[in-house]
Amino acid sequence: MFNPSAYQAHQLQGAVQRCTRYRKRILDISQKVSALHIAPSFSAIEIVDLAYNILKVDPTCEIGDDIFLMSKGHGCMSLYVILEDLGVLSKKDIDAYCTPGGRLGAHPDYGNPGIVSSTGSLGHGLGIAVGMAYGERLQGRKGIVYVLLSDGECQEGSTWEALMMAANLSLGNLVIMIDNNDFSGLERLSEGHPSFYPLKEKFEAFGCESCTVDGHDSGALLAAVNKRQGEKPYVMVCRTTKGKGVSFMENEPIWHYRSPTADEYEKALNELSSTQ
Amino acid sequence: MRNRFADVFFELGSQDPRMVMVVADISPAGSIAKFRTEYPDRFVNTGVAEQIMIGMCAGMSQRGLRPFAYTIATFAIFRPFEFLRIDLCYQNLPVTVVGIGGGVTYSTLGATHHAMEDVAIACSVPNLQVIAPCDPRETADATRWCAIQENGPVYLRLGKAGEQDMTEESTSEWEFGKIRYLDKYREGGICILSYGPIIKLAREIGSKLESEGKQVNIVSVHTLKPLDTIGILKALKSHDEVVVIEEMIPYGGLYDRVRALAFEAGATCGVSGFSLRDEFIHTYGSHEELLLAHGLGADKIADKLLRGGK
Repeated sequence: MFNPSAYQAHQLQGAVQRCTRYRKRILDISQKVSALHIAPSFSAIEIVDLAYNILKVDPTCEIGDDIFLMSKGHGCMSLYVILEDLGVLSKKDIDAYCTPGGRLGAHPDYGNPGIVSSTGSLGHGLGIAVGMAYGERLQGRKGIVYVLLSDGECQEGSTWEALMMAANLSLGNLVIMIDNNDFSGLERLSEGHPSFYPLKEKFEAFGCESCTVDGHDSGALLAAVNKRQGEKPYVMVCRTTKGKGVSFMENEPIWHYRSPTADEYEKALNELSSTQ
Repeated sequence: MRNRFADVFFELGSQDPRMVMVVADISPAGSIAKFRTEYPDRFVNTGVAEQIMIGMCAGMSQRGLRPFAYTIATFAIFRPFEFLRIDLCYQNLPVTVVGIGGGVTYSTLGATHHAMEDVAIACSVPNLQVIAPCDPRETADATRWCAIQENGPVYLRLGKAGEQDMTEESTSEWEFGKIRYLDKYREGGICILSYGPIIKLAREIGSKLESEGKQVNIVSVHTLKPLDTIGILKALKSHDEVVVIEEMIPYGGLYDRVRALAFEAGATCGVSGFSLRDEFIHTYGSHEELLLAHGLGADKIADKLLRGGK
């Protein structure tokens, strides 16, 4: 019989290796296209890995199972490479990324294998996730809805509309993960929008259970998920670094969009190999 | 129309546990109140928050439910527009968005509550089907269709309450995507194409024209998207004059489409249109008075048509 704790402990052991491999794969793809949101994908890798490889969310999105919804659509490279690793997307799909013959673009498109929702315009995913969580409960199913938001998305009013509703409906089957890399596209949130913080307290004031956790520590992420009480929506403020793993990409706004040159690519690969 | 919609929704919702009503702080009238009492879990009020009203409907639909979003037309289309566009239309989910008070129905509330551009905007979004029934009977038929169709999202534009039935004499049934003659089809003469409760005005105009010896067909173009181009081309071919009357701004609506079809087909009949003005009017009164302020009065339009000018 399937033992979730044993499975999680086992999967946790390989997390660092997997996430390095995923980052390298994204770098490989970057050499074929001019822009693919590397840095915001790198900040989310451990969180997406947690969902699929440790919490074992079913990547085929069958009704009746847990769901992982990537609300920060621009971070979808982290999702694509993991879905490829799980065999849901093919190498052919990834090779044809952003080309006329392919079906994957720079934002997730509902209908493709493993893609739960069409996101990319920020502030939409949480509302959809609230509807999904309510729908699961209404139909007597036990599925948990995990949704990953960027921190910039928390500037959208719709995110707070959704959050209020999630709390009003006491959606204990909703787990909201915030990729809190402290950057929106243009600037550092803590500098440009100081009243954006504190976050955890805001979520608690809105009627959610909340915690702050190191978003690159898979063990800490798993512990944070497992400690939730499950009565209210649960918001995990995951402290992350934009561009995590490659020194010259970390916290540099330009890497929100651009792809590395051949030299930068080699340098980035070497850095990732040495930290593994 | 609102009450008939509520009655039919209650009936269908009682049989189909997938049906959910999601409102944004609009008072549940008639049978919707009954639905709320009997099925409290399937009645969700998001409060004064239309974006989450649409977002939740998308999520529920993706998990196997049949949600209807329901609020005043302006707040169903304009306020949460991007959520309608992406969550429902881009993802192509069979969710019905019900807009109450299309046009200037809310005649004392000012332009904040006037859905004057809703049909043009709704028709411009890929995948969105647009239905505007002309009376309670068509509302019932359209609601039944919305509850089981699998094509994708629908904008169901309704009036308010108290509209009279207009289609009792129709020899054809309501069919999605097909225009419908309110009376027996007769070739020649004038054909008035209209949709929504303003079809009452079309009827009045028709009576005036008939009393002057004209032959008039009144047609409910209840499905604005997809438009029944074959039916409209047939109407253009078989009448001397085709007139469009719509409670919508002059651009992007039925009149534009009919004119384009007439041009493309090289139609020889006359084509004219009467719509709301392209302006926010700062006038209050009854629905009829508001239409009049927009230039939509039976006498005036009948007179123009009789004189052969616009």
